[in-house]
Amino acid sequence: MRTAVIAGVADHPLRDGKLEPGGSVLAAQARVAAAALADAGASWSDVDGLLSTGMWGIPGVGQLPTVTLSEYLGLQPRFTDSSNIGGSSFESHLASAVRAIERGACDVALITYSSTQRSDRSRTLGGRAPVLTMQYETPYGMPTPVGGYALAAMRHMHEYGTTSEQLAEIAVATRAWAALNPAATRREPLTVDDVLASPMISDPLHQLDSCLVTDGAGAVVVTTEEHARACGATPVHVRGYGEAQSHWTIAAMPDLTVPPSAASGRRALEMAGIGVDDIDVVELYDSFTITVLLTLEALGFCRPGEGGEFVSGQRTAPGREFPMNTNGGGLSYAHPGMYGIFLLVEAVRQLRGECGPRQVAGARTALVNGTGGTLSSASTCVLSVA
Amino acid sequence: MSAPPAGRPLPVVDADSAPFWAALRDRRLMVQWCGTCDRHVFYPRALCPHCHAELAEWVECSGSGTIHSYTVARRPAGPAFAADVPYVVVLVDLDEGVRMLSNLVTDDVDSVRIGARVAVRFEDVTDEITLPLFEPAPDA
Ligand SMILES: [Zn+2]
Repeated sequence: MRTAVIAGVADHPLRDGKLEPGGSVLAAQARVAAAALADAGASWSDVDGLLSTGMWGIPGVGQLPTVTLSEYLGLQPRFTDSSNIGGSSFESHLASAVRAIERGACDVALITYSSTQRSDRSRTLGGRAPVLTMQYETPYGMPTPVGGYALAAMRHMHEYGTTSEQLAEIAVATRAWAALNPAATRREPLTVDDVLASPMISDPLHQLDSCLVTDGAGAVVVTTEEHARACGATPVHVRGYGEAQSHWTIAAMPDLTVPPSAASGRRALEMAGIGVDDIDVVELYDSFTITVLLTLEALGFCRPGEGGEFVSGQRTAPGREFPMNTNGGGLSYAHPGMYGIFLLVEAVRQLRGECGPRQVAGARTALVNGTGGTLSSASTCVLSVA
Repeated sequence: MSAPPAGRPLPVVDADSAPFWAALRDRRLMVQWCGTCDRHVFYPRALCPHCHAELAEWVECSGSGTIHSYTVARRPAGPAFAADVPYVVVLVDLDEGVRMLSNLVTDDVDSVRIGARVAVRFEDVTDEITLPLFEPAPDA
């Protein structure tokens, strides 16, 4: 069987959280796709698969993102996937691209994403239109999405005694990684006290428990191992993947303290044939500090209820026991609304040893976990270099 | 908030939800009940999410429940709620065994606790829509 690998990645330069040098979501995806193809040593004429989703152009052209993008990019792909399961979509797109390449449905797949939400000033805490299932949520003014995460955090604190200080440890450690990444948006030092003193948004989550609101664009090139080597790329293998969804409206979440990454992570690790102790570097979707804490427990890095203790003492900071969110994460690098593609970009760079001052020494195996909606969907990938 | 915001987005009633909202106009909190697996179901839908039998029966709830979790919105969910911060968003476990998202109407947003008993409070918003909000139970 053909082996599919990641051959190239790219993220778009930002300045003060905005695309540099500006441009539309389509232009940004064109630039970042070109950069990822160059990184892979591949050419535009090789591309016969396109996977993309986003929140742009809705209602309108964005409802068919791969169709719109194919035209804009001058591509006529024979395989496309525009599944949207929220910010975790791109981990699922990677799995989809791998399956397509293994089966010969395409040879070179391009995964892209962009958002200009910061330049557009389009972000609010307003809920979704009060139709269908959202008629039981939106009329009550839950700040979206932070309110759903706040309900989960409040419940976790109630059940396990988790504290705001413990959640703040995650933001502080992630900022320390951002300080080592010249591409990160927020790089100034941060303390636990700073997080606790930042304005409360939705109890118990503060502003600095929350991700940034930035623009952004990213791309990933997936192809056969044979083609990647012929292009001179360093192949990154996709050893396992798994997906899970448990609810959409927060009232339907089976257990507020257990996100669907419990199932997606188990599936990905089983497929890879390894355990959590075999992971060298971890990239977890960090829309909020609580997202990370719940995901660490769900993936089995610690037991349920022990996430607060696990992250204490800056355990996830640079140079410590548990390297996590090494680009500075959605909390400090960038968060354009659907962050998942940047988890893949950073994991690949770590595995290829390209990360300079933030490089995790000897990183051979990475776990990436995307979270979408309001802890609604999860998609986990296990990546490695041979 | 002591009263619900006037400009809040209102539910768009559909065929699934029409009986739910119609009952609320009459100050009754009704949910579906599955006779096949003997469970209450919220929100209203065609098939039971537990056993996938067709749902046809509605039953009235006591309106009493327990706070499963809550948050105090210090920033509004859009301009419609701007005048109302801080306000409380709650997940209520009704005694019948279903969970609903709603607001807890209270003048003391810092007094809310998980596990506290609450009771439904019918809030007429328009001629068509009465929202099931909650308030601390009288004997709590
Ligand atoms: Zn049933």
